[in-house]
Amino acid sequence: MYRTHILVCGGTGCHSNNSGKIREAFEEQIKQRNLQDDVLVVGTGCFGLCAVGPIIIIYPEGAFYSGIKVEDVPEIIEEHIVKGRLVEKFLYHEKALGNKPVKALSDTNFYKKQTRVALRNCGVINPEIIDEYIARDGYQALIKCLTELDPQQVIDIVKASGLRGRGGAGFPTGVKWQFAKNQNNDTKYVCCNADEGDPGAFMDRSVLEGDPHAVLEAMTIAGYAIGSHQGYIYVRAEYPIAVERLKIAIAQSREYGLLGDNILGTGFAFDIELKLGSGAFVCGEETALMTSIEGHRGEPRPRPPFPAVKGLFAKPTILNNVETYANITQIILNGAEWFASMGTEKSKGTKVFALGGKIVNTGLVEIPMGTTLREIVEDIGGGIPNGKKFKAAQTGGPSGGCIPAEHLDIPIDYDNLISIGSMMGSGGMIVMDEDNCMVDIAKFFLEFTVDESCGKCTPCRIGNRRLLEYLDKITSGKATMQDLDDMEQLCYYIKSNSLCGLGQTAPNPVLSTLRYFRDEYEAHIKDHRCPAHVCKRLIQFKITDKCIGCSACSRKCPVNAISGEIKKKFDIDQAKCVKCGQCIATCKFGAIIKE
Amino acid sequence: MSKIKLTTVAFKGTAEQEAQLRQVLDEINSSEHPSVMTALQRAQAIYGYLPIEVQTIIAEEMGVSLEEVFGVATFYSQFTLNPQGSYAFGVCLGTACYVKGSGDVVAKLEECLGLKDGETSSDGKYSIASTRCVGCCGLAPVMTVNNEVYGKLTVKDIPDIVAKYQAM
Repeated sequence: MYRTHILVCGGTGCHSNNSGKIREAFEEQIKQRNLQDDVLVVGTGCFGLCAVGPIIIIYPEGAFYSGIKVEDVPEIIEEHIVKGRLVEKFLYHEKALGNKPVKALSDTNFYKKQTRVALRNCGVINPEIIDEYIARDGYQALIKCLTELDPQQVIDIVKASGLRGRGGAGFPTGVKWQFAKNQNNDTKYVCCNADEGDPGAFMDRSVLEGDPHAVLEAMTIAGYAIGSHQGYIYVRAEYPIAVERLKIAIAQSREYGLLGDNILGTGFAFDIELKLGSGAFVCGEETALMTSIEGHRGEPRPRPPFPAVKGLFAKPTILNNVETYANITQIILNGAEWFASMGTEKSKGTKVFALGGKIVNTGLVEIPMGTTLREIVEDIGGGIPNGKKFKAAQTGGPSGGCIPAEHLDIPIDYDNLISIGSMMGSGGMIVMDEDNCMVDIAKFFLEFTVDESCGKCTPCRIGNRRLLEYLDKITSGKATMQDLDDMEQLCYYIKSNSLCGLGQTAPNPVLSTLRYFRDEYEAHIKDHRCPAHVCKRLIQFKITDKCIGCSACSRKCPVNAISGEIKKKFDIDQAKCVKCGQCIATCKFGAIIKE
Repeated sequence: MSKIKLTTVAFKGTAEQEAQLRQVLDEINSSEHPSVMTALQRAQAIYGYLPIEVQTIIAEEMGVSLEEVFGVATFYSQFTLNPQGSYAFGVCLGTACYVKGSGDVVAKLEECLGLKDGETSSDGKYSIASTRCVGCCGLAPVMTVNNEVYGKLTVKDIPDIVAKYQAM
């Protein structure tokens, strides 16, 4: 028995911030002081509050230390572990509480409004040790399914829970499983979509890194329910830690007889293979993903036939996203009613969001469906940094839209988000403040979809490129109001004529910003002005009367656009200026402004 | 998809690498569903990139056309037809990084290294590639140099980071 556990976050954010070395430093210190029988250092998955990483938590006290560096380790050992005192300066300081230190993670505002179902083990267990998962009721749900329930009963529970696909579209999971079960075929496949391509989203990565067995167990349950013996996890190659932990988890499950020919002695056979993606956003689309697993260019196929009828290798296949699977075991163990008691009428349970952008508490949050955007941004997220104003939250990535301040109080669920022109998507939520130009944001997403369009169908391949050209014209001040109307028409054309979800949703960022921020588009067109001062071709740098003539900016300017006499006001030659912003960064007197 | 740029650097594969590749291809060919994508992933792990010579071997050994192999190699952004620099600079252009100014970071990096995004320096030392979300949005904006991660960057940090690698 250890008297103390030191949990070191090994999620990607903290890992990139040296948490691996911090863990080693703790282990070394503990050895030096001969405490290895009393203190255990555990590497865990993501705790969620990535903004203040690297994070460690010391139990039994539950002390939550943030922003830890390798050189802080000896002090923490000396003070906390040896002398038994909290090291106040390393505790998390909550701004909303007057910058007072908060002892436990669960006491922070960031945590209080969350409900953790899919993330329940992230940051709690060591994901590389199967026994820790089992100690948290791991594989109980599989045992229950294999020994107490027949496949139809399993599907009925999933149906009754109201669980909808967490990958974005929100299709009822149980119904999908039923379609596949109804197919008469000896070979069927269970696939897991872990190709989290939405830029700015890292929910699935955190589940895979923090709780890989939850996905394996749920896939095995799905295999039992639909009559499949082979599963594939299609995971992004950009996620090396997740891939490594999945490999370890699969090997351990096989060793324990939880995957393989005769699972738990019941005679049921199921195995899982990893397939690495190679970076293509379109492979998040179900038919493209299957084509990619087969080894080809990841181009989508027309539906019908739907994958439940003819999917991977032309066999009946179900595909669910990582977070969807992460909910399954809890639904089986706690019952459909328990799950359905959370959320709104048509969206049950919880949803994980990756909160990022202009927000204080960047990180991973899991909230009951129906929580308002305001609660997420202001209470959990801690608001906008630097006293700036909230402008919009972007959900659904390149397929979604921007939600303006007027809809901050809307309860978040699948249908509400669609009704206000955005979508749930996989769960990326990027907050923007007044310094972000909404036309520029629309252009950013369009550049992404143009680059990622697979080229198979014309509306998406050519239509989106034309759309991007309109946006380029607008952001350079050369567009007319007629262009704006034509552009809107083109959006609807692309949406209704593209082959797959990528093209059908690609115009959404444009349409939603047009809906809520039309005045910004018009300012670009009519006044040749970018209200947020972002679009470089529409802004000018000017030197104000605050200038004391120190010449610092003129010496820094890479194109020699600034000239003047010492101790007199300097001037910028607009014809030469490349708007790099170095003068503003150099000026100590705030005398240079963007207009 | 990814813009196709063919390398002008002469192929310098060794017999050892080729033996390794052929062994990998044997393994893939004997699997239930041989996959060109898997072959390319393994080949890139051996050579560091996918020159046409390597793609030709894959096509011949797997009994598919070179067009098919080339089609897959140019479809996915992780595959590269060009050798990467010894110090590969990657700037994340995911949404979280973009709204926090990673576009300016790329511009500064291009200026400091005298290279454009997607290029490798002629001495083979440096390359720049903007990347999709690397998944540590909490550190936005983020840049990677080989396996080293630099987070919460400002444009001002770039010259010092570049100088560090130029001094190596």
